[in-house]
Amino acid sequence: MLIDIKDVNYIYSPGTPFEKKALDNINLQINEGDFIGLIGHTGSGKSTLVQHLNGLMKPTSGSVVVDGINTNEKGVSLKEVRQKVGLVFQYPEHQLFEETIYKDIAFGPKNLGLSDEEVDKRVRDAMEDVGLDFESLKDRSPFELSGGQKRRVAIAGVIAMKPKVLVLDEPTAGLDPNGRDEILNEIKKLYEKEGITIILVSHSMEDVAKLVNRILVMDKGKLVMDDKTREVFKRASELEKIGLGVPQITTFMRKFKEKGNDVRDDILTVEEAKEELMKYLRRKKDA
Amino acid sequence: MNDVMIRLENVTYEYKSYIDDSILTAVNNVSLEVKKGEFLVILGHNGSGKSTMAKMMNGLILPTKGDIYVMGKNTKDEENIWEIRSKAGMVFQNPDNQLVATIVEEDVAFGPENLGIPPAEIRKRVDEALELVEMSEYKKHAPHLLSGGQKQRVAIAGILAMKPDCIIFDEPTAMLDPNGRLEVMNTIKKLNKEEGKTIILITHYMDEAVEADRIMVMSQGEIVLQGTPREVFSQVDRVKELGLDVPQVTELVYELRKEGIDIRNDVLNVEELVDILC
Amino acid sequence: MLKDITIGQYFPGDSIIHKLDPRVKILIIALFITSLFFINSFYPYIFILLFISMVVKVASLPVKVILKGLKPLIFIILITFAINIFMTKGEVLFNIGPLTVTKEGLSTAVFMALRLIFLIVGTSLLTLTTSPIALTDGIEKLLSPFKKVGLPAHELAMMMTIALRFIPTLLEETDKIMKAQMARGADFESGNILNRAKNLVPLLVPLFINAFRRADELATAMEARCYRGGDHRTRLNDLKLDRKDIVIFTSMLVFFGLIISTRYM
Repeated sequence: MLIDIKDVNYIYSPGTPFEKKALDNINLQINEGDFIGLIGHTGSGKSTLVQHLNGLMKPTSGSVVVDGINTNEKGVSLKEVRQKVGLVFQYPEHQLFEETIYKDIAFGPKNLGLSDEEVDKRVRDAMEDVGLDFESLKDRSPFELSGGQKRRVAIAGVIAMKPKVLVLDEPTAGLDPNGRDEILNEIKKLYEKEGITIILVSHSMEDVAKLVNRILVMDKGKLVMDDKTREVFKRASELEKIGLGVPQITTFMRKFKEKGNDVRDDILTVEEAKEELMKYLRRKKDA
Repeated sequence: MNDVMIRLENVTYEYKSYIDDSILTAVNNVSLEVKKGEFLVILGHNGSGKSTMAKMMNGLILPTKGDIYVMGKNTKDEENIWEIRSKAGMVFQNPDNQLVATIVEEDVAFGPENLGIPPAEIRKRVDEALELVEMSEYKKHAPHLLSGGQKQRVAIAGILAMKPDCIIFDEPTAMLDPNGRLEVMNTIKKLNKEEGKTIILITHYMDEAVEADRIMVMSQGEIVLQGTPREVFSQVDRVKELGLDVPQVTELVYELRKEGIDIRNDVLNVEELVDILC
Repeated sequence: MLKDITIGQYFPGDSIIHKLDPRVKILIIALFITSLFFINSFYPYIFILLFISMVVKVASLPVKVILKGLKPLIFIILITFAINIFMTKGEVLFNIGPLTVTKEGLSTAVFMALRLIFLIVGTSLLTLTTSPIALTDGIEKLLSPFKKVGLPAHELAMMMTIALRFIPTLLEETDKIMKAQMARGADFESGNILNRAKNLVPLLVPLFINAFRRADELATAMEARCYRGGDHRTRLNDLKLDRKDIVIFTSMLVFFGLIISTRYM
């Protein structure tokens, strides 16, 4: 088990009129090899939860244990926790600050006190991971790049810390479909090739359905669902009740089934829908 | 002639790259007519020239070549510029960076104040505009405490208070969550259908484009595809090649047709496809 | 942590003082401050205290809020007190080590400390009862006669408004960038002053870049909304003096005139 979250509550501004329970008794385990989608609308507690994973926020009560380190204990190395759990915030390109792309990506590894050779290796690897050419880009200013490229530099800056868990908060926000697909493909590669455990916070049910194998659903500070992707999207009406949805293709298959057609209704992608419909149409033809 | 809101005649926009001083073309010889009351969506990937085009329609930047007429007035004539900007208002992507004042109603009043409208009339316009976007109860609030969708609706009210005939939206939902997107899209549709405003909407989201009367796809500064949503999205290959999405059901139809299933190719939503297959 | 900083200390209310024209309030406070510097004995302070308690009563401001406003400046008040008590020559009362406390020193120290306290409290009465936007409008209007000599009254007011509008946004952004850099192992809390200053670079650079980007976008948005400076501009809520404003202003003018005149009695 990589991260163990036990009975976690978090209360904003306790004892004031603005008191707000942002996390309400969360229990959750994150295991090596998970590819998790975290969904819930704005204000559901997603961001608060995510910041608990690397010790940026500490629970009001309960405990968060990251790879054996309890973030609430006095004297623990939060730097170590932050190395283990890499966190990419929304619009991460807004935090770039160095003169060159190389230096910006090296910022994290340097803070870890690594040797120059190791830093160099990590910058190279991280740039390769996100699809940026090392030789032609390393000395360029990150501010000369396009929006999508800037974002990749920022993501590389976190990957270069070699985290065991990589948390990405809406990594595709504001990108066009091409940019979105590129980033998502790189995330998928990181998961498949490097074996990094990934938590993807997203508003796009289509993206989540395509990528992840487990979904966490947050609503009003509570973790209301925690299950395999297919199982979660089966509960469409419950999701709709809390203002979330399912991919369009899932909705279609459900409605099609409701009309009395014998097809599976736990379809997640267009590809699956096509196969299922082809089978169905052949059956109908044969009959 | 009278039913034309905006007309572009062979418009080109060039600018100097700040990296190596080379001349780049953002918009290349585009001609276009937007009719009064039309709901036009402009699609295109980042850097396709959509935003540049929007800014030209509002007179924020002037074409390098060609002319743009807003309600018959050339944006190049300096004396027309304030009228053009108040008749063809513009809403931008980042809701935070277009609100000026510390109180919602003061912000909505900003446009009419600039136009020198008498205070009593401003009051009337502010109240009406906030009513239209359903933000009246927030008129004394501070903008920074509102949600993204609410901020964006305040920004829309700020444009409405100038009594425009046309509103140009430059990716107004790109930074919003699904709820915010829905709020803003509903407002846009309402303005078009009920208030008769001409809408030009720039977006990446195909589910928003489906609502349009006409879609225009831009790539490398040129219009590469044009037509009704059905005409455009039925060309799945072409649309994908241009770096855009199609609705999942449209894609499913495309895949089924490839397998030899004979169904019509211009399906846009779930209900249609259910009906066709049943 | 950054969210705890409160900007302006407007205390919303519906009292006659809240509703008073901001120009009148600014001028009254200006009179108040002037009179403080004319007072040269203890007894006119009674009237100052009377004025303050009246405003506090009418505007129903909690005393706690006013005392809170004094807190950050307590150090300055103490220093003023200390300097005056030890540096004034006269009839010796007692000695603390090498320092001598005189009767005159004690009296001057108390007098100066009170002046400072009244000064702070008086100014805070203005900001507590006037919203930042009304204050800005008031300043713009009061300064507008000086436009003729080239004072950019409207531009100053516009800048103040935009600053007020964007301070919360930028604070939020600072918080976010700080956290993002901390997630990359940055340390903002330890080390000596030099190191800490150096560590702020990853925070300040993005903050400035983003602020410029915002400024650029805001300028475009303002232009798109037909902004072209202060000429020909009208206002949604135009400031108008009514009878109440004039009566209150006149009576305050007399009141503070009398206080000032005590110096020459």
